[in-house]
Amino acid sequence: MGPDTQLWVVIAALAVGSYALRFSFIGFYANRDMPLWLLRPLRYAGVAIIPGLVAPLVLWPEATGGETDPVRLSAAVATFVSGYVTGNVIVAMLTGAAFLYGLPFVLSY
Amino acid sequence: MSPRRSFWLGFADGVPFIVVVTPFAMLFGLVAVEAGLNLWQVLGFSLAVFAGSAQFTALQLIQDEAPTLIVIATALVVNLRVGMYSAAMTPWLAGARMRTRAVMAYLIVDQSYACSIRRYEENPDWAVAARVAYFFGTILPVYPTWLAGTLVGGLVGAALPEWLALDFALPICFLAIVAPMLRTFAHMVAAFTSVVLALAFSWMPFGLGLLVAAVLAMAAGAVTEVQVERRTNRSVV
Repeated sequence: MGPDTQLWVVIAALAVGSYALRFSFIGFYANRDMPLWLLRPLRYAGVAIIPGLVAPLVLWPEATGGETDPVRLSAAVATFVSGYVTGNVIVAMLTGAAFLYGLPFVLSY
Repeated sequence: MSPRRSFWLGFADGVPFIVVVTPFAMLFGLVAVEAGLNLWQVLGFSLAVFAGSAQFTALQLIQDEAPTLIVIATALVVNLRVGMYSAAMTPWLAGARMRTRAVMAYLIVDQSYACSIRRYEENPDWAVAARVAYFFGTILPVYPTWLAGTLVGGLVGAALPEWLALDFALPICFLAIVAPMLRTFAHMVAAFTSVVLALAFSWMPFGLGLLVAAVLAMAAGAVTEVQVERRTNRSVV
């Protein structure tokens, strides 16, 4: 499978899968309460996968050949702390960008 | 509240999200073009999937050359969240037509859900027609912004120079999304478990480590929630 085909397969499968997730309850589960054992883990889906996805990218970035890079690590920590404290996604992104581009500049002095 | 008025109330509640969605959408377009997607694929992604964090996840795993099935499975686990939104909205929409609910399902995202559930709980006397109209009102400013933003990001991304260290835009983006989500102790436990296990299982083939870590982290979050609830109840009694 070429990269182009793979991409369209992923897009199509995610479109169908995401729609199924959204429609599942609203369409079929109308007027019934969801069982709690199913609802509870779903609440943690976002925070259960994204941190695990990011951790290796932060610690062993591909751009530096897998070597931990102080600038990228600092930018990551700054983004996280800023997002946690302010609760604001955009502020967190801007903080991260400021560290990523500002730190090499400051360090070169 | 008439459906017409609740629709425009929803629109007003949705407008501020333009500020949040625009840079996020542009970043997706930018990172996607950087990863080698063409503009049709960028637009197809946003139009067909319409779920930011799942789209970013799929993109990263494709770049990591994970097998197609793992890419799909992992991105869908990220998107389980919208399944939860769907479940939470269901009791408020009893009696709405199936055709209407089928269209609403496609438009369930963080913003439309968050606005709707807040107003529904605030105004339990609203008729179902007013609730449905409100929901469509909230999504009206968000949906075109998402599509246009990814397209503009894609166009800009193709023209950007190399020195911008865009390889790190994605991790920054993910961290910015996830940090504000850590509102409770159980969320923190789930996130911490996810990091530790994903690193510990990184030897597993086909990117399976992340999937296994995610399932265990979800369980850890749920178990912690139960424990915390028990402890709180005990201290109250």
